[in-house]
Amino acid sequence: MFKIIKQLTSLATMFAVLFAFSTETMAAKKSKTLENTKKRGFVRCGVSQGLPGFSNADESGNWTGIDVDVCRAVAAATLGDATKVKFTPLSAKERFTALTSGEIDILSRNTTWTLSRDADIGLTFVGVNFYDGQGFMVRKGSGISSTGEFKNGTSVCTNLGTTTELNMRDFFDSRGISYEPVVFEKADEVVAAYDAGRCDTYTTDKSGLAAQRTKLSAPDDHVVLPETISKEPLGPVVRQGDSVWEDIVRWSLNTMIEAEEYGINSSNADMMKTSNNPAIKRLVGAEGELGAAFGLDNDWNLRIIKQVGNYGESYKRNIADTGILPDRGPNELWTKGGILYVPPAR
Amino acid sequence: MNNIIKKFIPQILAILFVVLIFGFLTLNAQTNMDNRGIDFGFGFLSQESSFDVQFSLIEYSGSDSYARAFLVGLLNTLLVSFISIIICTILGVIIGVARLSSNYLIKNSAAWYVEFFRNIPLLLQIFFWYYAALRALPTPEKANAWFGVTYMTVKGYYIPAMVWQNLSVFLYCGLAAIISIIVLRNYANKLRDTQGKQIPVLLYSVALLIVLPLLSFLFGGVSLEFEIPELKKLSKISYIYEGGISLPPELIALVLALSLYTSTFVAECVRAGIEGVTKGQKEAAASVGLTPNQVLKLVIMPQALRIIIPPTTNQYLNLTKNSSLAAAIAYPDLVLVFAGTALMQTGKAIEIVSITMLTYLTISLTIAAIMNWYNKKIEIKEK
Repeated sequence: MFKIIKQLTSLATMFAVLFAFSTETMAAKKSKTLENTKKRGFVRCGVSQGLPGFSNADESGNWTGIDVDVCRAVAAATLGDATKVKFTPLSAKERFTALTSGEIDILSRNTTWTLSRDADIGLTFVGVNFYDGQGFMVRKGSGISSTGEFKNGTSVCTNLGTTTELNMRDFFDSRGISYEPVVFEKADEVVAAYDAGRCDTYTTDKSGLAAQRTKLSAPDDHVVLPETISKEPLGPVVRQGDSVWEDIVRWSLNTMIEAEEYGINSSNADMMKTSNNPAIKRLVGAEGELGAAFGLDNDWNLRIIKQVGNYGESYKRNIADTGILPDRGPNELWTKGGILYVPPAR
Repeated sequence: MNNIIKKFIPQILAILFVVLIFGFLTLNAQTNMDNRGIDFGFGFLSQESSFDVQFSLIEYSGSDSYARAFLVGLLNTLLVSFISIIICTILGVIIGVARLSSNYLIKNSAAWYVEFFRNIPLLLQIFFWYYAALRALPTPEKANAWFGVTYMTVKGYYIPAMVWQNLSVFLYCGLAAIISIIVLRNYANKLRDTQGKQIPVLLYSVALLIVLPLLSFLFGGVSLEFEIPELKKLSKISYIYEGGISLPPELIALVLALSLYTSTFVAECVRAGIEGVTKGQKEAAASVGLTPNQVLKLVIMPQALRIIIPPTTNQYLNLTKNSSLAAAIAYPDLVLVFAGTALMQTGKAIEIVSITMLTYLTISLTIAAIMNWYNKKIEIKEK
C-alpha cells in the first residue's frame, strides 16, 4: 500500500517539476520569446482599450497609434512584416498580469516607468516613447485657470489602477485640500461621468486628457490646465528574464528615434544605403552586423524604417495630425530642443 | 482487514489526488514566479497605501495601510449589500403578493415588473441608473430641496447630519423598549395559551417603541440637532453642499439596480411559496372561524416561509456577489479598492485575489449560515 502511495507521490512530483520548468526556463543566448514568436508567426502585443494617438482601433479593427507602432516595429524587425501583430486590448488593471503570465510578449500601453513597477513585479521597461505628465482638465466656464484655484470638496474623476491615483493624492495632500476621488475602471466611463457633471475636474496624463477631450460632447467647453503635477515617462514593457527579447524591443524603438535624428524616413530609407555617413549606413543595414547580436538578419532596422517609419513620422501621423498634441514639446529630438535622446546604434 | 482496505482506499486516494493537484498548482505558481522575479508574501498589507477612497464608513486616508484600505472596501461592500437586501426583500414580498392579487391591474403590473427587470442584464441596469440619473439630476446650485432640507444632485444626495447630545441615554431607552416588547410578547403568548385571551401586541409594541425614546428627550437630557447641508461655491459654475451627510450617486445607483433586479427573483420565491401551500389549508382555517388576516398570518405564511427561505437565501448570496459590479460605476467596494487600486499599486495579484475570494466566500457562508439558522427555526417541528 505504502509503496503505491510513495510511487504515486514521486511520479506526481516529477510531473510537477517537469511541467513547472518546461514553461519558461533560462534563455541564455537564444531568446525563447523570439523563437516562439517566429514559430507563431505574429507578435503578441498588449495595448489600451482605446486611447486616440497611442493605441486605438477603427471600425474595421485596424490599430493605430505610437504605442501600436512600437509593436509593428518589432514585428517588422523579427518577422519581416509590420502587420504581423496580434493586439490584445487590456485595462490598466489587467496589463501587468497579462504580460507576466505570458499572454502577451510586449506591453505597449501608455505605461509609466516607475521604480516599483520596474523592480517589483517581474517587468522590465525598455525605454520611453512618450514623455508625459499628469494634468487636470476643467470646464472653461468655471473660470479656473490654474491648479492653485481648487477648493476643498472638489470632486475629481480618474482611472483605476494607474499612477494617477497616487499623484493626485500627493498633489491635494501637499496643498491641504480635501477632495473626492471618483475612480472608474475604464476611460470611457470617466469621460461619460465627467461630461455629465459628476466631477469638477478630470485628471490623467496630459496626452490622455487631450485625447479624451475629443470624446466629450462639447470639447471646446473644456480646457487642460497648464500645470503638470508629475513625471510620466511612458514606454513599452517586457517580461523579466529574456534579455535578448528585451534588447530587440529596446533597439526597435531606438532605431525609430535615431532614424529621425539622421533624417532617414520610410520614403528615403533605400537611398540612404549609399550614404557617406557610416552611422546612417549602419541604421539601414548597409554596414556592420548589428542584427547578429539578437539573432536577426542585417536588414532588421531597414525594415522598421521602411514599414513603420521613423519616430517623427509616427508622431505626426498619430498625434500631431489627429489634433491631439500638435506641439511635440519634450517629445522633440534633443537636437531640436526636446529630450528624446537615445544611445547610438553601433 | 480486507473490508477496511475496501472502505478507505478510495477515500485516501481521493484526498491524495486533491492534495497533489493543489501541491502541483502551488509548486508551479511558485517556480514560475521565481523565474519571473515575483515575490510572494503578505507583508504589503502593513505598508502605506498612499491612495484615497471616495467614500468610507471608517476614518481612512492615504497614509493608512493596505489592510485598512481592505477594510474600507469590505465595509462598503457590506453596506451596499445590506441596504439592497432589505429593500429587495420588502419590494419582493409586495410584488410577490401582488402577483397573486385578484385585481387585474395590480396582478398584471406586478407580472410586467418581474418580467421587465429580471430579463435585462444587471450591468446594463447599473449603467442605466447611473448615467440616466447623472444626466437627469440637477447640479447642486439648481437643486430643489426635498422635504425642505435634503438635496438630490448630480454629485450625490445630501441629507442633514444628526448631532446628538447624550446619545447613550437615548440608546438605553431604545434597548429598554425592545426588552419590554419581548417580555410583553411572552406574556401575551402565555395569556393566549392558558386563558385564550388575545391582546393587541403589535399596537402596544409600537407605542412602547415611540413612548420610551420620547421620554428620554423630555427627562433624560437628550437633544438632537440637525446639521443642514449648505451650498458652497467651488468656482464660477461649480457648487457643492457642505455639512450634513452626502450619499454618492454611485451608491444610490448601485442600490437601485441591485434591489430592483433581485426583488424580481424574491417576488417569484414569495409567489411560489404562497402558491405552494395547499388550498385545503386556507379553507380549513377559514372554516374554524379565522379572519382572512389571521388565515394569512397564522396558517399560510408560516408554511409558505418554509418554501420561500431557501431559494431567497440564494438570491441574497447572488446580490452580495453581484455587488462587485460596483467597480463599473466607481463605487469603492472591495473589488474596486482592494482588487483594483491596491492590486495595481502593489502588483501582488495572487495574494490580493486570493484574499478577495476568501472574503466573498466568508460573507456568502455567513449569510447562508444566518438564513439556515432562520430556516431551522421556522421549519416543521416534529414531536
